Amino acid sequence: MTPERGLDKPVVVAVTLLLIAGVAVLYSAGQTDVTTVAARLWERQLIFLGVGLLGAVLIFRVSSRFLEWATPLLYWTIIALLILTLIVGTGAGTAAGVKSWISVAGVRIGQPSEIAKITTILMLARHLAAKREPPDTLRGLMPACLIVGIPFVLVALQPDLGSAIVFLGILFAMLYWGGVNPWLLLILASPLFSLLLAFSTVSWGIWIVVLTALLIWLRPYALEGIATWLANVGMGVVALSLWNQLAPYQQNRLLSFLNPEIDPRATGWHIIQSKVAIGSGGLFGKGFTAGTQKRLAFIPEQATDFIYSVLGEEMGFVGVLLTLLVFAWLVSALVRIALRAPGPYAGMVVFGIAGMFFIHILENIGMTIGLMPITGIPLPFFSYGGSFLLTCCFALGIALRVAWDSHLAGYADL
Amino acid sequence: MNWSHPHALARRARATHVIVWLATGVLLVAFFRVQVLSSSRYALQSEQNRLRALPLPAPRGLILDRNGAVLAENVPGYSVALLAASAESLSASLGRIGALLGIDSVDQAIILRRYRRDPYDPVTIRRDVPFETVAALEERRVTIRGLVIQTEPKRQYPHGESIAHVLGYVAEITEEELASERFAGARLGMQVGRDGLERQYDDRLRGQDGVRFIEVDALGRPVRDRGVAPTLEPERGETIRTTLDLELQRYVAGAFPVGQRGAVVVLNPRTGAILALYSSPAYDPNLFVGGVEPRLWNRLRTAQDHPLINRAIQAAYPPASPWKLVLATIALRRGLATMETRMTIPCRGGLQYYSRFFRCWKLDGHGALTLAEAITHSCDVYFYQLGRLIGLPELLREAGAFGVRERVGIDLPNERKSFFPSSTEYFNRRYGPRGWTNAVTLNLAIGQGENSQTPINVAQFFAMLANPDGTAPIPHLVGDPKPSERRLGLSRSQLAQLRTALVSVVEEGTATASRIATLNIAGKTGSAQNPHGEDHGWFVAFAPADNPRVLVAAIVEFAEHGSAVAPMVTRIIARHLLGADASGEPLRLLVPQDSAPEPVLILPVDTERPLGPLR
Repeated sequence: MTPERGLDKPVVVAVTLLLIAGVAVLYSAGQTDVTTVAARLWERQLIFLGVGLLGAVLIFRVSSRFLEWATPLLYWTIIALLILTLIVGTGAGTAAGVKSWISVAGVRIGQPSEIAKITTILMLARHLAAKREPPDTLRGLMPACLIVGIPFVLVALQPDLGSAIVFLGILFAMLYWGGVNPWLLLILASPLFSLLLAFSTVSWGIWIVVLTALLIWLRPYALEGIATWLANVGMGVVALSLWNQLAPYQQNRLLSFLNPEIDPRATGWHIIQSKVAIGSGGLFGKGFTAGTQKRLAFIPEQATDFIYSVLGEEMGFVGVLLTLLVFAWLVSALVRIALRAPGPYAGMVVFGIAGMFFIHILENIGMTIGLMPITGIPLPFFSYGGSFLLTCCFALGIALRVAWDSHLAGYADL
Repeated sequence: MNWSHPHALARRARATHVIVWLATGVLLVAFFRVQVLSSSRYALQSEQNRLRALPLPAPRGLILDRNGAVLAENVPGYSVALLAASAESLSASLGRIGALLGIDSVDQAIILRRYRRDPYDPVTIRRDVPFETVAALEERRVTIRGLVIQTEPKRQYPHGESIAHVLGYVAEITEEELASERFAGARLGMQVGRDGLERQYDDRLRGQDGVRFIEVDALGRPVRDRGVAPTLEPERGETIRTTLDLELQRYVAGAFPVGQRGAVVVLNPRTGAILALYSSPAYDPNLFVGGVEPRLWNRLRTAQDHPLINRAIQAAYPPASPWKLVLATIALRRGLATMETRMTIPCRGGLQYYSRFFRCWKLDGHGALTLAEAITHSCDVYFYQLGRLIGLPELLREAGAFGVRERVGIDLPNERKSFFPSSTEYFNRRYGPRGWTNAVTLNLAIGQGENSQTPINVAQFFAMLANPDGTAPIPHLVGDPKPSERRLGLSRSQLAQLRTALVSVVEEGTATASRIATLNIAGKTGSAQNPHGEDHGWFVAFAPADNPRVLVAAIVEFAEHGSAVAPMVTRIIARHLLGADASGEPLRLLVPQDSAPEPVLILPVDTERPLGPLR
């Protein structure tokens, strides 16, 4: 069997297409009429990509069994790095107040929170794969919650709420793949709903009624049911003080998500200008590098968080349609690899990777058009950023190795 | 069941596929709505984001005289504007170019206020900037972000002072005007008519501004200037042809005694067309273009001789002897007298009326005169008696038909109403029911007392006398004649008789010094009592008397010192009718002979408040 046949073609093709489009749009993002830091980022992104592909090839050579063996070491190393980041971390760019970078002698090396996504997936997969039966109580879910909770809290403390939420997404995706009852997952997530809905007393009241009915119907253990209910009530009570604890920029992001026109020149600016850019692109776009919203710096963070707005403006709906389809195709291909994985651990890891990509894509693209609140999480293969590109490459290296293994094992035809 | 059983995994994988493709579908629908369904709205917003409109001011329409000579035109000027991202950057830029443009802290405050009104459009810093300054600014362009220099038509009045009051001038629109309905759609910084014809016909003279676009970045800094969007060219305003005769207007301005105040109205009595209209002292309207210096403005506004007032329509004077024609007309109309009627008391230099003696201007008396002779010689004693004969209530009522307490309705802004009491109630109110006597009738009979008429109103009355049917169209500067509602109500023969009497004023009466043999001029002199000083000299004349083509009404304030109203008027007539300066001699300085007598006190107590000319 030749190596070419063993590589998962859909993933390779989709990623190649996305990488080409990504670098092209990043190049375009630097073509502006006003001086911008984004001007030459695409060249640096190519260097990162070279490093990333090298990393992917190296990871590809590591077997799942070795990876599983090394998982605790990797996980705790990254946790240590995250703690170190909180102590000596530095900010960068528009997120200058955030401690998310590890720097050595003033040179920023990377953001451990990105790599932590992979190691958390590995650690959680190792934990869940070791079980034959899925946990069926909240208490049984606690170890899994703890594995994700540690990096979640450390990242949230930076504070980088957007990245932290990615961890929660990964947790729920992998618990679902691990066979946990979706209703139990709903109960697990219920305090979060309470937190969000507490801003309107009526919606929160309705939610509590629904939850009570749900608890009566599902009949979890009495203590767990009461704890869940109390947690929901508690969240509803502390929501306001939690809100006051948020930094103003976080409050504004949430408010602007609800209504961008509250303050169009300041906090609503990002979302309004992003939508104007995308909308003015029309069906076929304004042409490669020709987007006026981008050229005149109306699109904020055009090389990182809002790079998809540049694509929407210059390539139009056709460009959006094609990239979204390729993205969905990629996530589907990863799910298929997870399904055909030679072992539970490998499958769990790949499903976690698929979940990570999916959350990033959904949140980032949804944000550019106002469907999601604004958070600073990058779009895979498009947004400028070395740490995340490296993370994506590692993830793909792992996924391709799993596909290769299952191909060799003859599972490919399942 | 084992969680990793292939069937269980396959089920969850299927569910995951559904979720992924569903989410993708939701995103696609959202993008479809924004990019395809609402695309035009966002495209418009994107254009508004990057484009800033610069108005291209439209040139105002020309103002021409009756022969097509240019009275108001446009010359190229430069204006300097700044497009600023914030008030701070505007201040910084102003600091850099302020000295060059002579902008002080007061100007700076005004500019900043204007900027805050409309921060997204360029704010005009200076209009009418000399070319050298523009060149100096262009050299510094790189250091001044957002500098916008453009050519802007600048109003020019080639004949300056000689025609100032009729044309008026233009100035930047005020905030009150911007809010008013008349200037709906006007823009800040626009030049609008401020006085005279410029004001009256502003809607027609104002053109349609064009617009040009420049491209700015997200901070509002200009990025590109040319070719970013199609330019809309401005359209020039309508050219307006007036009834004025530039040659005659300039002649009038030149003939008016230097340093004297007053006004001259020249019109065609048959059509009401104003041929010349001059007020002295005048000002140079060119000084107002592009913003008048506050110092100059204050000087003009507070000057003793009020140069900004158009005395022909905005000042009213006691009409004096020309008013005698009003009494004659009323008497003829009511059948109280004919041209041959003599009064009971002949003129012996004055008239005893109860305890007071009312003088005639001729101290040795005129003797017994007919009405025609009394007009010729302007005998006060005759008209004292005629006034008594008519009676005060009738005099007050009948005079109303001649428009003596109205505006004539000339097409110039801010015309002043003339004043003449409407009934005896006026005296009751002013002096108290017992505070006045019938002696007011005598004063009113010779055009003194509570009576002030604008020169244009007096001209209109004489235009009615001049025309065969006793009516005259409304005086106007633009357009076709419009009939007036004023009527003398005399027969043609009565009018002809009055005209004959007016001709004899010039031939043998009070204005003989101004006689020009070849012209059949009819006229009436007058000398208005002026409580503030020397008398005001009137002369109203038209010619040829049998078929009038030109009428001149002139008043010179404080005329006793070196003015010659009547000769000036007859020379204006000659200039118009004969096309040349008839005599060629220097004007002789003459006082009209019928200088009115000192006004007799009509009040039991000395409380008379004089009526000034400029109230």
